[in-house]
Amino acid sequence: MAEVLTDSGQRKYHLINLNVNGDTRTLAVKANALLVNVLRDQLDLTGTKKGCELGDCGSCTVLIDGKPVNSCLVLAVEAEGHEITTIEGVSHNDKLDGLQESFLENAAVQCGYCTPGMILAGKALLTHNPHPSEKEVREAISGNLCRCTGYVNIVKAILAVAEKTAPEEGEQA
Amino acid sequence: MYLPDFDYYAPPDLSEACRLLREFGSRAKILAGGTDLLHKMKHEEFTPEVIISLKNLSALREIRSEPGQDLLIGALATQNEIANSSLLQEKYRSISEAAWNMANNQIRHMGTIGGNIVNAVPSADLPPILIVLGARITLVSTEGERTVPLEEFFLGVHKTVIRDDEILTQVIVPAQTTTGSTYIRFGLRKSGALAIAGVAVAVTMEGEICRSARIVLAAAAPLPLRARQAEQVIVGQRVTPGLLEQAGLAAAQESRPRSSIRGSTEYRRDLIRVLTRRALHKAIQKEHI
Ligand SMILES: Cc1cc2nc3c(=O)[nH]c(=O)nc-3n(C[C@H](O)[C@H](O)[C@H](O)COP(=O)(O)OP(=O)(O)OC[C@H]3O[C@@H](n4cnc5c(N)ncnc54)[C@H](O)[C@@H]3O)c2cc1C
Ligand code: FES
Ligand code: FES
Repeated sequence: MAEVLTDSGQRKYHLINLNVNGDTRTLAVKANALLVNVLRDQLDLTGTKKGCELGDCGSCTVLIDGKPVNSCLVLAVEAEGHEITTIEGVSHNDKLDGLQESFLENAAVQCGYCTPGMILAGKALLTHNPHPSEKEVREAISGNLCRCTGYVNIVKAILAVAEKTAPEEGEQA
Repeated sequence: MYLPDFDYYAPPDLSEACRLLREFGSRAKILAGGTDLLHKMKHEEFTPEVIISLKNLSALREIRSEPGQDLLIGALATQNEIANSSLLQEKYRSISEAAWNMANNQIRHMGTIGGNIVNAVPSADLPPILIVLGARITLVSTEGERTVPLEEFFLGVHKTVIRDDEILTQVIVPAQTTTGSTYIRFGLRKSGALAIAGVAVAVTMEGEICRSARIVLAAAAPLPLRARQAEQVIVGQRVTPGLLEQAGLAAAQESRPRSSIRGSTEYRRDLIRVLTRRALHKAIQKEHI
């Protein structure tokens, strides 16, 4: 288990190594620190949003080992030993990912608050299922609420990326 | 939203987890997926002094079948792992479908079958289908282990027979003589909404005659409710549409749903009538779906 440090006020901190977007960051966190708050406040990764903070809205979505989860319901200490991907880890060398471009092209962004979570939920889907049906796309973003777009353009944007990549052998386009 | 303070342990194995739980007793809570526990702690419904995380107990994630034909689902298997398990899809589609239709995608990646059971709320989606299939659960402590029929586990809302020092390690689904089973639930939205009513059914059919039936209702009483009157309506009978409607009416009558923001008592009762009829129809026609 991670080393535990105690400060002069008898507060306990766990020394953890968090693997975020490919980098290992060593942090001292209290046991009750939520992953969303550590990402935003300690690592300045404010692309991860907070909405309901109860698992309903999906704006705090991050990928843990490639799976979308709500970082408002994960303790930071629990995330040690896993690979975390936030929206900041989706683009590379200042170049937007294909799915991000597709969100812009298809006007899938209005206020933008749900967008990081939507893109991560979409990425997780496309990684294991590069040519999903519309139903599969809707199911994949079922945990992400959007108050602006009505979802139509978000679904379009995810499907458009799927169309651009060539179908694998034996797979139905 | 922040969590109250607590001490955190992530024991390396089950015996250390049991030892810690023994040491801290009612001052501690087990953490599995956290989707119920952290939710409640944010509202200070629970304020444990100690959290014992099961994150290192990967052996408790497994879903496998035993040579003796029992199917074992580890307590830490997540709802999506249950929904996507090829073993479950093949043998008990009714269980994987129940998992697939609950919560939303993110929560299904986090929430576990053990948490869904021990949390003990009437709207929980997995207990009813597991009970109609005769599932048992294994509870482990420093004293040893015991096996309890899931039907006898629940005592009320957040009340079960689990002791402060026990950990649920697995769910055992026995080999079936039943011919069909299903779980149907109704929520206000398809995703992310708790069941306002749910009905699980398992039947044994011999031609058109129903030899046995087990019906368990979700969100119909303080605990998963066995609808015995409804079962009696159809057992030993030749199944007709009229009989299924009668069974639905009986289930509605014996249910005791509460009124809440999601649905009134009257509305939930009528849902139970319709869902019981539909679930029976499905289980009788098809297999374990
Ligand atoms: C947005 C949202 C939607 C939801 N929708 C649904 C839904 O549609 N249907 C539904 O049924 N539920 C739903 N839930 C509730 C929850 O996700 C499930 O009950 C889930 O299965 C709980 O599992 P967990 O691993 O997260 O439990 P945790 O929160 O980790 O634990 C829950 C309780 O069980 C105890 N516990 C957990 N594992 C063990 C164990 N192995 N041994 C002993 N004690 C244990 C904990 O101490 C705690 O008291 C929803 C929750 C949220 C936040
Ligand atoms: S902020 Fe986490 S799900 Fe809404
Ligand atoms: S774009 Fe505003 S919430 Fe989705």
